[in-house]
Amino acid sequence: MCDTCGCSPEGGAVLRKPGMTDYHVHVVEGDHHHDHEHDHDHDHDHGHSHDHHHGESRKVEVELDVLSKNNLLAERNRGWFEARRILAINFLSSPGSGKTTILEKTVPMLLEHFPVTVIEGDQQTTNDADRIHALGVPVIQVNTGTGCHLDALMVQRAVRELDPPERSLLCIENVGNLVCPAMFDLGEAARVVVISVTEGEDKPLKYPTMFHSADLCLLNKTDLLPYVDFDVAKCREYATQVNHHLEWIEVSARTGEGLDRWKAWLISRQAGL
Amino acid sequence: MHEMSIALSVIDAVTEKARQEGCSAVTGIELVVGRLAGVQVESLRFCFTAATRNTPAEGAELIIEEREASGRCEDCGATFPVESYHVKCPSCGLYRVRIETGEELSVRTITIE
Repeated sequence: MCDTCGCSPEGGAVLRKPGMTDYHVHVVEGDHHHDHEHDHDHDHDHGHSHDHHHGESRKVEVELDVLSKNNLLAERNRGWFEARRILAINFLSSPGSGKTTILEKTVPMLLEHFPVTVIEGDQQTTNDADRIHALGVPVIQVNTGTGCHLDALMVQRAVRELDPPERSLLCIENVGNLVCPAMFDLGEAARVVVISVTEGEDKPLKYPTMFHSADLCLLNKTDLLPYVDFDVAKCREYATQVNHHLEWIEVSARTGEGLDRWKAWLISRQAGL
Repeated sequence: MHEMSIALSVIDAVTEKARQEGCSAVTGIELVVGRLAGVQVESLRFCFTAATRNTPAEGAELIIEEREASGRCEDCGATFPVESYHVKCPSCGLYRVRIETGEELSVRTITIE
């Protein structure tokens, strides 16, 4: 256990469903979780021989991406989504930017176009999943425990439970955090980063990795602009300086302003699958 | 923040590699961390000690090579070193830079016995 990042070495994520208190699935790897410390007597089946001089050390070239395991799993998720024409969206923001409220407002507008399912990521509670459940769409809560981000394994397990239908939209609401989730591919078709006008307009400069990796930025809570010192043009300029391919839509989940553009964006992405 | 996950991924990768090589202990790990890899090297070192506990890599020496980043302007084609994703082309002044190197996060070698 690391006091700095708080992540649990056991990867203790748990899946939950709203209204089902007994439902509880631990996210663990299904295979090769053995202890290999004492297995140097085993047979090698990879067709070459080498001497093992215990106590003598040797250096081996590895050249392996540290995140290759997550990235491979993410690609498997992506292939599964693509084959079933499921548009998987990874929703990212700081806590409190309004991701869940945006989903609450967006999902009912989309249901006449295609089915929607949702994965909610939070360290604790099913509060967000409860809100989505109230809309009548299938939802799974991933409680990451002490983990600060979702990963491809959690999504794979959640998807297995959720079983999203073909030609649908899968919204994956990541843990509220503009740092760690940027590193972990989940297999999504697009990343949508949300900022709200109650935050600083320099967020894209403070968290460039996140904004660099996003496809679309939603600026939320625009109804509050008369009451806050937030320079929309400057924020957009910073965001596009960090990522000149970034798309930009301004919305107010509270008043509904701008949500039609966001809805059109999702429908066009879904139709493009 | 996420450096513990990164450290655990490193341990997973090197333990698997050591096992393929028929060895039971990892005594050294060389990592390459690009400037734009999104990893705090000091935080990673701190987590590494905790992550290796009770694994074949416990006590392994961790060597981290931090690699500089470079970019190419998508507009004028100039190439230059970059320090962040917020980067202006020094040649034409536009913020339309494609990152070419510096996002690496890989295990280069392991020392096993």
